Amino acid sequence: MAELTALPAPVVTLKNVSLSHGRGGQGTPVLTGITLSLRRGEFVAVLGPSGAGKSTLLRIVMGLLKPGTGTVELSGTNGKGRRIAALVFQDAKLLPWRRVLGNVTFGLEGLGLSLAEREARARAALALVGLAEHAERWPRELSGGQRQRVGVARALTVDPDLLLMDEPFGALDAITRSDLQEELLRIWQQTGKTVLFVTHDIDEALLLADRVIVLGGKPATIRSDLVVGPRPRDRGDPRMAQLVLRLRALIAGDRAPPPDGWIASDI
Amino acid sequence: MNRPLLRWRQSGSAGRLLAGLAGLVLMFGIWQAAAEIGWLPDRLLPRPSSLPVAWIGEIEGGYWQAAVLDSLSHYTIGLLIGSLLGAALGICAGTLGWLDAGLGGIVRLLRPIPGLAWVPFAILWFGLGSAGAVFVIAISVFWINFYAAHAAVQAVDRDLLEVADAFGHGHFWGRVVKILLPASAPGLLAGFRTGLGQAWMSVVAAELFGVPGIGARMMQASSLLATDLVLIYMLTMALLYAMTDTVFVLIRRRVLAWQN
Ligand SMILES: Nc1ncnc2c1ncn2[C@@H]1O[C@H](COP(=O)(O)OP(=O)(O)OP(=O)(O)O)[C@@H](O)[C@H]1O
Ligand SMILES: [Mg+2]
Repeated sequence: MAELTALPAPVVTLKNVSLSHGRGGQGTPVLTGITLSLRRGEFVAVLGPSGAGKSTLLRIVMGLLKPGTGTVELSGTNGKGRRIAALVFQDAKLLPWRRVLGNVTFGLEGLGLSLAEREARARAALALVGLAEHAERWPRELSGGQRQRVGVARALTVDPDLLLMDEPFGALDAITRSDLQEELLRIWQQTGKTVLFVTHDIDEALLLADRVIVLGGKPATIRSDLVVGPRPRDRGDPRMAQLVLRLRALIAGDRAPPPDGWIASDI
Repeated sequence: MNRPLLRWRQSGSAGRLLAGLAGLVLMFGIWQAAAEIGWLPDRLLPRPSSLPVAWIGEIEGGYWQAAVLDSLSHYTIGLLIGSLLGAALGICAGTLGWLDAGLGGIVRLLRPIPGLAWVPFAILWFGLGSAGAVFVIAISVFWINFYAAHAAVQAVDRDLLEVADAFGHGHFWGRVVKILLPASAPGLLAGFRTGLGQAWMSVVAAELFGVPGIGARMMQASSLLATDLVLIYMLTMALLYAMTDTVFVLIRRRVLAWQN
């Protein structure tokens, strides 16, 4: 399926990463033996049950947490007006005392850009997510979906090699979510960013990603690393339905699948 | 912001102002009436109508202006020093666990001591001058700001610190300037506002022992049983407080425009 010639270089490589939370990394192990690499331009989704360690994995890649063992290598550097990696948080995490524009320039501060350059860049990023005319608003004046877009703009504006997204659309209603998913795909195709996208929504993973990684177990390991078929994705495709079932079983892990017709018998 | 718990009607700020003025007029009216009827002898409480004459006399003698200027300078300097130091220490203690632990005992020991109790030491250390008065006022607002800042900093959403880390502001100053200070600004300003009133109360205490100012003038007047003068300076202080608080509220509205 994938062309084996001239594969782009990896943007991030994790080798045998493990981590334990708690005092000095001596607590319960959360992740173990995680080996993973993302090629430039790739869109990779991470699936897993709640508490599996998906956010923890993103924090490690972002450098917010030090792995207990193993290594994380990011290729690229912070430079003038750019950062290697940027993170979109689960519930936007905007700074309420900054206007939308100020929230987007936040990551650009300290990167050697003038105020005018920072604002121009931020406005461009806001235009990319369709919020150009909301630059002067306060975060409290935005809807949940708009806030999430600002979070995406804040990450995009630092022109990262790697865009990390932690269940960015998890808290939104179905229609807003599907709008933002399409917008994200458009932005991804337009900018060619490498994306590591955490979600617990199988459909979302299959709609967006080139590859789907399933985390599971305690401590969590990579249960599977699947390449998804060609785009655009068609939910009606029987191969998709197959993939959904397979992923569902992988995520459920050791738990037995529900018996046939269990919904009918429940009513 | 200060949304009433029970609303009697949506009233604008002009309406509130009018209601406040009406309350004041009513108070002075009842007071004056009580004096006219003879229920309230002037030796117990001078009637309002006697105050303007006394006030003008005090201004013509130049006492009033001098007292107000002296007190204003004690007030401003003491308030700023006490608030800044209190807030700074509160922020540090709220941020640094070891400092918080280390200060725990000291804070409990010094906290309950009122500003007035420091007067003898203020005289000893700073003499009978402005510095002593400033010291007493500063102490009286120090703890208010310390506690307000401490609580405000501790209530800062830890997740926002992670945002700072993720976007290259994870170093000490980045966290303090870009997250801690703006996030705790509402709490810091609330503490400062409480101090704003407390400091006027302390002005009297600080000047009671003879440092020139409103407090000293009140003491002189009361030793001569010139109750009308005492009242005039009480009203003066109330007006000055109302002014400082109004100015503060205007500034706060700008600084905290992001709220509400
Ligand atoms: N700071 C912490 N200290 C101790 N344990 C933690 C800490 N943060 C997370 N954990 C634990 O680590 C495990 C993984 O957490 P993580 O947030 O990575 O899960 P997740 O897969 O992102 O879950 P969700 O889908 O609910 O967001 C959980 O069991 C959680 O309780
Ligand atoms: Mg998570």
